Amino acid sequence: MSTWHKVCRLEEIPLRGSRVVPHDEVSIAVFRTADDEVFALRDACPHKAGPLSQGIVHGHRVTCPLHGWNIELSSGEACAPDEGSTVTYPARVENGVVLLAL
Amino acid sequence: MQKQKLVVVGNGMAGIRTVEELLKLAPDLYDVTVFGAEPHPNYNRILLSPVLAGEMTLADIVLNDLDWYKDNGITLHTSKKVVKVDRIARKVIAEDSTGATMEAGYDRLLLATGSVPFMLPVPGNDLPGVIAYRDIADTEVMIATALTHKHAVVIGGGLLGLEAANGLKLRGMDVTVVHIGEWIMERQLDKPSADMLQASLESKGLKFLLGKQTEMLTANAEGRVCSIRFKDGAEIPADLVVMAAGIRPNSALAEASGLHCQRGVVVSDTLQTFDPRIYAVGECAAHRGIAYGLVAPLFEQAKVCANHLAQMGISRYQGSVTSTKLKVTGVDVFSAGNFTGGDGTEDIILHDKNGGIYKRLVIENDRLVGAVLYGDTGDGGWYFQLLKEGRDVGSIRDHLMFGDAFTNNHVGDVGHAGNSKAAAMADEAEVCGCNGVCKGTIVKAIREQGLFTLDDVRKHTKASSSCGSCTGLVEQILASTVGGAYQATDRTTKPMCGCTALTHGEVRAEIRGQKLLSLDDVFATLAWHTPDGCATCRPALNYYLISTWPHEAKDDPQSRFINERAHANIQKDGTYSVVPRMWGGLTTPDELRRIANVAEKYHIPTVKVTGGQRIDLLGVKKEDLPAVWKDLDMPSGHAYGKSIRTVKTCVGTEHCRFGTQQSMSMGVALEKMLFGMWSPHKVKLAVSGCPRNCSEAGIKDVGVIGVDSGWELYVAGNGGIKTEVAEFLCKVTTREEVLEYSAAFLQIYREEGWYLERTVHYVQRVGLDYVKQRVVTDADNRKALHQRLLYALQGVVDPWRERLPGEGLPQLAAEFTPLPVPVETI
Ligand SMILES: Cc1cc2nc3c(=O)[nH]c(=O)nc-3n(C[C@H](O)[C@H](O)[C@H](O)COP(=O)(O)OP(=O)(O)OC[C@H]3O[C@@H](n4cnc5c(N)ncnc54)[C@H](O)[C@@H]3O)c2cc1C
Ligand code: HEM
Ligand code: SF4
Ligand code: FES
Repeated sequence: MSTWHKVCRLEEIPLRGSRVVPHDEVSIAVFRTADDEVFALRDACPHKAGPLSQGIVHGHRVTCPLHGWNIELSSGEACAPDEGSTVTYPARVENGVVLLAL
Repeated sequence: MQKQKLVVVGNGMAGIRTVEELLKLAPDLYDVTVFGAEPHPNYNRILLSPVLAGEMTLADIVLNDLDWYKDNGITLHTSKKVVKVDRIARKVIAEDSTGATMEAGYDRLLLATGSVPFMLPVPGNDLPGVIAYRDIADTEVMIATALTHKHAVVIGGGLLGLEAANGLKLRGMDVTVVHIGEWIMERQLDKPSADMLQASLESKGLKFLLGKQTEMLTANAEGRVCSIRFKDGAEIPADLVVMAAGIRPNSALAEASGLHCQRGVVVSDTLQTFDPRIYAVGECAAHRGIAYGLVAPLFEQAKVCANHLAQMGISRYQGSVTSTKLKVTGVDVFSAGNFTGGDGTEDIILHDKNGGIYKRLVIENDRLVGAVLYGDTGDGGWYFQLLKEGRDVGSIRDHLMFGDAFTNNHVGDVGHAGNSKAAAMADEAEVCGCNGVCKGTIVKAIREQGLFTLDDVRKHTKASSSCGSCTGLVEQILASTVGGAYQATDRTTKPMCGCTALTHGEVRAEIRGQKLLSLDDVFATLAWHTPDGCATCRPALNYYLISTWPHEAKDDPQSRFINERAHANIQKDGTYSVVPRMWGGLTTPDELRRIANVAEKYHIPTVKVTGGQRIDLLGVKKEDLPAVWKDLDMPSGHAYGKSIRTVKTCVGTEHCRFGTQQSMSMGVALEKMLFGMWSPHKVKLAVSGCPRNCSEAGIKDVGVIGVDSGWELYVAGNGGIKTEVAEFLCKVTTREEVLEYSAAFLQIYREEGWYLERTVHYVQRVGLDYVKQRVVTDADNRKALHQRLLYALQGVVDPWRERLPGEGLPQLAAEFTPLPVPVETI
């Protein structure tokens, strides 16, 4: 059973940006989109494990900094023509606090 | 608001392309209904030839499958022919094969009915076994007939006829091409090239009868065609007759509804017919008296028409220049423009009969107006570009015949094993060295996915999407696979990215003209299709904003690529590399000691001397970056940015026995002047103390070479993917002039260059003469440019210093600090 964990305040994540949360072996990237939604993904691109947290966030997508794959934040799926997916974690904002289900 | 109703008559390439363009601009404006006489969804008509030749199947050539119509909410009526347009009641009436009718009302009507093949008016032209070559049904008849019958006659030795003949031959028939003209493809080829083509097709087993006029087609006992007789009395057997003697715009429906037609439905530059609610595109439309029969112009029309249907009303169709390519595997023919010449034109001809190569270039007033290529068509795209742009070729005339590679000195291109001719490459040969894509993969994707542009190919195969050195090869492959449907890409007219219809140039102009100061301004004012852009346009827009309105526009770190946000270079394992600045490549024992200490303290695995005379510390963890910078106590080397990178220097008169000028201190002065300069792409300089040029200034964006009497300035060189030798800009005398001229050149590039355009491409685009005029001749302008650069760089701070642990700006620290381990909520 996963439980909700407190991550940070919403404004600690830059708009159209992300922060890295330490977790087991591979950290989690927590993204904040222009419409103030948050998403959490394993910080490893399905292509060659590039750190997605370092990518450019646009719409509900992030572009990997290494070779430019676009990853759908809600599903972790790579956009066509690329194929692959990365693990996502449930995330939400409550009273200005970002929560992550682990 | 209730949606308006758009009815499209004709489910073919032009009509559906218009709908696609419309959906991109205004997806919710219309309820779209499409009527198609054929029983199929929209397919790629030009690929019927490979289907006939057995190289592809019908399933491969569908462009929009039925799901596409469904997903986009389009009502499709296949096998329904529109028989009447009632313009008063604004509705169309359609009929299926049983005669049952149906109606559909419209607010806007789009006619895209294509062409009808011209059937020679000779007795017997309606016999079973006599067909045209236009659609899937015709192709299926040909394939079936080839299994049961022997003799095929193709009437018409044009593009279509030859492709039909070639396909039938490959399907095992005995094929004769009958042509009324003196030589084949007389509308595309001159006699010498046509003769070579004919010889090559004859060697594949095709037979030709030229200068023949058909008198009649005769039937056998079962009433099927069995022979063809000519006016001169000759007669040959024919179990299948394919009429490929031309096409006529299919304007019958429009005429019957009272629309003005003259060799096609007459349309204006907005693709409107004489009834402003009715538009026409494609082969059925006559624009300025021309009905086009190739795909490329139809696609241009589709774009303009969609713009007006979307009620944006900002574009005009002004006609197209077309080029032709025959899609017969193993035969390379290209023709464009006025290839026969005439008064006032001159020819440049290369004719190598045994080698099977013929090239003819037609020139009028120093412009290329026509070209025919046979045997080696690799440069077709380049000639076509020159022709369309109407470029003055006076200065390259001597080399023109030898092609792009020779004229523009692409000898330095790397990354595709030196290949420059796609046709000669095997399917397994690697085209794109970055992404490991071979020729066969590209050809397959073009055919199966229905790709027409370079961008499509990049998206689907990744070929040419990284370093771009193989772009020319990919374009050649496109041209030979889709024939005349290929539209050369051209950044001048291409939208920036999928988020907008505007080009780089237009966006820059709007940002300046409307004084846009933030990304949100741009998205709102210029009606971006996406809420906040994409990874392609955002960095470009951010650069345009800050370079156009320095000190006013706000820099947005989230729109910068990670390297410019972290001020270090990301590596493949997610670590970073750090290159401290060493002005002019000069350092001190003290700096070296600090670098050594840092490398040990932070366990930096690799220390390397870079190509730009700096020291690179590779493998630094992101969290350590600020501390590393602090311990280094040196400014940022900007080795990570679209910015000034380095000024390399040789030792010069300071030590060298050959030196004529003080190159080291000149380099330091240049680098200090340019510190912190952002630019469309990276900028590298070099200064040498004499023409021995030990700093390799000849391949730099700005190269400065000391001579006894002063300094020579070279610009727009590049040592990367394409090695480009810098061009001589001018000679100056003093060090102050070196600074002023270099600054002016870089500033004009900063103001006019497009994002990710290196100086070499900028100068190729605008021309060196223009740059010389603005930077060298026009002294006032030069001084103004210089001043604007100095103004933009006023108060520049070292980005590393702003981010030092404890000392830097707190809001910038977050980038480098991971969040704490999350705590469970109760
Ligand atoms: C074999 C072949 C090879 C070709 N090769 C090339 C090439 O290499 N390069 C190139 O650029 N071009 C090529 N072309 C030409 C290219 O295919 C045409 O220019 C293009 O398809 C025209 O598009 P369109 O939409 O105007 O007409 P079409 O694609 O013909 O579409 C018109 C559609 O409208 C339907 N229709 C007509 N009247 C009605 C009605 N009243 N009601 C309902 N539906 C109706 C027709 O059935 C047809 O499906 C080739 C053509 C053929 C036949
Ligand atoms: C009483 C005066 C006018 C009338 C009744 C009129 C009517 C129309 C109509 C019915 C259309 C078709 C609109 C549509 O497709 O929905 C049209 C289009 C157009 N009109 Fe007018 N018009 C008038 C004056 C003008 C003037 C003065 C100009 C230019 C100076 C003009 C320029 C245009 C243009 C460029 C289009 C094409 C727009 C497009 O397709 O996007 N019109 N007009
Ligand atoms: S370029 Fe000339 S001055 Fe500079 S090091 Fe070489 S030889 Fe000496
Ligand atoms: S690792 Fe993400 S695109 Fe290659």
